[in-house]
Amino acid sequence: MSNDLFRDLSNSPVAARLGIPRVPVLRRYEPGQPLLAGPALVGAVGAGRFAKAVSALVEDAGGTVLDAPGDEKIAAVVLDATGARTITDLASVQAFLTPAVRRLAPSGRLLLLGPEPDGTDAEAAAVAQALEGLVRSAGKEVRAGATANLLVVAADAVPAAVDSSVRFFLSARSAYVDGQVVRIDVPVGPAVDPAGMDAPVDRVRPLAGRVAVVTGAARGIGAAIADTLARDGASIVAVDVPAAGEALAAVANRTGGTALQLDITADDAAARLPAYLRDRHGGVDIVVHNAGITRDKLLANMDPERWNAVLAVNLAAQLRINDALLADDRVLRGAGRIVCVSSQSGIAGNRGQTNYAASKAGVIGMVRALAPRFAERGATINAVAPGFIETEMTARMPLGTREAGRRVNSLRQGGLPVDVAETVGWLGQAETGGVNGQVVRVCGQSILGA
Amino acid sequence: MPTNVRRAAVIGGNRIPFARANAAYARASNSDMLTATLDGLVARFGLAGERIGEVVAGAVLKHSRDFNLTREAVLGSRLSPATPAYDVQQACGTGLEAAILVANKIALGQIDSGIAGGVDTASDAPIAVNDDLRRLLVALNGARSLSARLKILGGLRPGQIVPEIPRNAEPRTGLSMGEHAAITAAEWSIGRAEQDELAAASHRNLAAAYDRGFFDDLVTPYLGLTRDANLRPDASADKLAKLRPVFGSGPDATMTAGNSTPLTDGAALVLLGSDEWAAEHRLPVLAHVVDAETAAVDHVHGRDGLLTAPVHAVPRLLERNGLRLQDFDFYEIHEAFASTVLATLKAWEDPAFAKERLGLDAPPGSIDRSRLNVAGSSLAAGHPFAATGGRIVATLAKLLHEKAATGGPARGLISICAAGGQGVVAILEAGR
Ligand SMILES: NC(=O)c1ccc[n+]([C@@H]2O[C@H](COP(=O)([O-])OP(=O)(O)OC[C@H]3O[C@@H](n4cnc5c(N)ncnc54)[C@H](O)[C@@H]3O)[C@@H](O)[C@H]2O)c1
Repeated sequence: MSNDLFRDLSNSPVAARLGIPRVPVLRRYEPGQPLLAGPALVGAVGAGRFAKAVSALVEDAGGTVLDAPGDEKIAAVVLDATGARTITDLASVQAFLTPAVRRLAPSGRLLLLGPEPDGTDAEAAAVAQALEGLVRSAGKEVRAGATANLLVVAADAVPAAVDSSVRFFLSARSAYVDGQVVRIDVPVGPAVDPAGMDAPVDRVRPLAGRVAVVTGAARGIGAAIADTLARDGASIVAVDVPAAGEALAAVANRTGGTALQLDITADDAAARLPAYLRDRHGGVDIVVHNAGITRDKLLANMDPERWNAVLAVNLAAQLRINDALLADDRVLRGAGRIVCVSSQSGIAGNRGQTNYAASKAGVIGMVRALAPRFAERGATINAVAPGFIETEMTARMPLGTREAGRRVNSLRQGGLPVDVAETVGWLGQAETGGVNGQVVRVCGQSILGA
Repeated sequence: MPTNVRRAAVIGGNRIPFARANAAYARASNSDMLTATLDGLVARFGLAGERIGEVVAGAVLKHSRDFNLTREAVLGSRLSPATPAYDVQQACGTGLEAAILVANKIALGQIDSGIAGGVDTASDAPIAVNDDLRRLLVALNGARSLSARLKILGGLRPGQIVPEIPRNAEPRTGLSMGEHAAITAAEWSIGRAEQDELAAASHRNLAAAYDRGFFDDLVTPYLGLTRDANLRPDASADKLAKLRPVFGSGPDATMTAGNSTPLTDGAALVLLGSDEWAAEHRLPVLAHVVDAETAAVDHVHGRDGLLTAPVHAVPRLLERNGLRLQDFDFYEIHEAFASTVLATLKAWEDPAFAKERLGLDAPPGSIDRSRLNVAGSSLAAGHPFAATGGRIVATLAKLLHEKAATGGPARGLISICAAGGQGVVAILEAGR
């Protein structure tokens, strides 16, 4: 039995008779699992450039593609609406989706690809934005663990640029990512030669050969990130404070990685970490800024110690390490990927967390500001903002607050550390170069801050 | 057959914080602690699944179930199970002797990498039945019939049930180590104040080293302990002066619980390798093992004190390497007792002793005391017997590496006294 007792009880026959809504058990990724548990319905409205590529991707992964719904359940509905420019096109979107969502399977996927708003054509811009409202509402309607997300694709992005994102949003890896809008640009970095893009990537170990450093890796979400990136092929450098060394060593050893006992707020941390990565690993490909602390207090009672401690770990340390990565071009290797862990609190705010929310909102500001600078280096920087995640931290919350936290989202449950980790893994792939300066929430489409 | 001798590199180390006996690690066995220390080393250097040339370690207080302690620890660790291992035991010299053995095999090219050190627990010490009872139990086991067994059991006397608890005593003199040290202290007129000052410096230096993060890549926390439990950052000679003497007798008794090492639990290991092996694994070379010497004295019938063998070992080592006692940037002299360190230093300064006992025209002389045990030593950290060598080798190698990074080549001397009248000493160098 999981630690979500209500979810387990809600799935019992008694609960069904009482009419208690079921809390779905989400399909989650396991190595060897097919991309989709059933057929995909793929369509396009207008001159879609991506429908063919998406169909090929699904078939390449061993799935079947339908062009019209039949009687069976559909595992994924993908609509390429990048060509939608008019209200009439929008009506076609509805006409395509309505029969399709009726057949959506448990843990099904509704994925739309939309155009970037065209500033010169008000109707096209309105239609592009309309898709966001549609997808966010659909996310609240689809049931049994299904999700709805929108990829906004830049006009000049080639189909290969969306592959890794389409694959992530269709797969069980995105179990708890719901109601999100992610913009996909022309990938950063030296113009990737199309032959290279088509080169077979190891789908089972998409991070093979990449070195990933994860801060705060001794437990919780950080440990899950280390495990997940290692499962996907990365060599792990697990960082945590010296006092957490025993748990840190266990994480390093089970992932076959190395442990670095380092307080990221130490004066020399921003010098030591890059030097260590260069000397010991020949550089780094993926940097995950996950270490974080809370020191809750109402603003009226806030003291500088609590304020400064939270800002130091959650924001200042990330800023300094990022600066060091930008200053020394021997550390971050080609296709570098920086992923910063923000929080729902940084988006929605949270009572008692002015310091924490300031730091986590600050992370979002930092990511947006640094995105162009990392892009110059062929690297990306993005944030993931977890919602309610089942960890030791949330297990210690009072029952009422915990129950409320779990249910106020479209999936009616808390996420797992691995859900954050899978999202980090997708953003860490060299293939995901088109996603930069973005904030992806891992919150089951929480109503907070949406 | 390898023809060239190469110097073994000290790559790094790992230890768990040392605990006072019957406290944080009361329920941990030698095997638990050694395995945890090995796993911490594996994590620090990314060695999961790696086949290491050899792991050599030991324990002084050992259960019979620990007959293959080190190999069992390897099997319980994340190292490749194809990593061979063996146990050594040379009392408090165990850890350093293990490092020398591994370094020598690396030097000869027989192995490219090795791990050396030791572990000890005074909490989970083996308690044996006394010899009478043991003979009776062996006979009982061999008896064929119930009546024969009952007959043997009928011979059981209360006196036979008294367990044999291992004591910190010399088998041939019956004196405890502290009592032996007290004799030496009196012989060399080692005063109370200087002992307390040395102990206070040990605490001060260890605390400062922790505070500057020196141990961040030398120690891995264990069972909730993050620093050595014996460490008293606020220890001062004044405070230590208030303690009552526990060894020696009469007004001249100077040795207290504060200037003697407490019974301690812990484990420490060092990673050694050839320069090539280190480079292949992108691992640092902190220092090289230059040479080592072990001496023994006759503390039973002769004139030497139990813990004075290093007094003899060091001059021999210096002579072989063409060095003077003053040619070192750091001195790591194991603090079994503050008086032992002070008596050792005094003996090296004494012209008559040099002439008569060391056979030298001139004494080795004095050392710059500011270079002694600069990151603390056993009085502050504690002394789990077989673990001390590993602690010192890793600490000194890192000190030398730091020095060499800014100030050119650096050299350090290690001196460890051991029960049975033995002493193990070694030279490490960095940046040369
Ligand atoms: N659990 C949730 O629901 C949730 C929600 C939103 C965001 N987050 C964020 O996710 C991240 C991980 O959270 P968690 O729940 O796993 O927390 P956690 O407390 O379980 O783990 C955080 C880790 O960071 C380490 N750490 C703290 N300060 C450090 C420092 N100065 N240097 C190095 N390491 C340090 C800690 O030792 C710990 O191992 C944090 O940034 C947190 O703010 C968590």
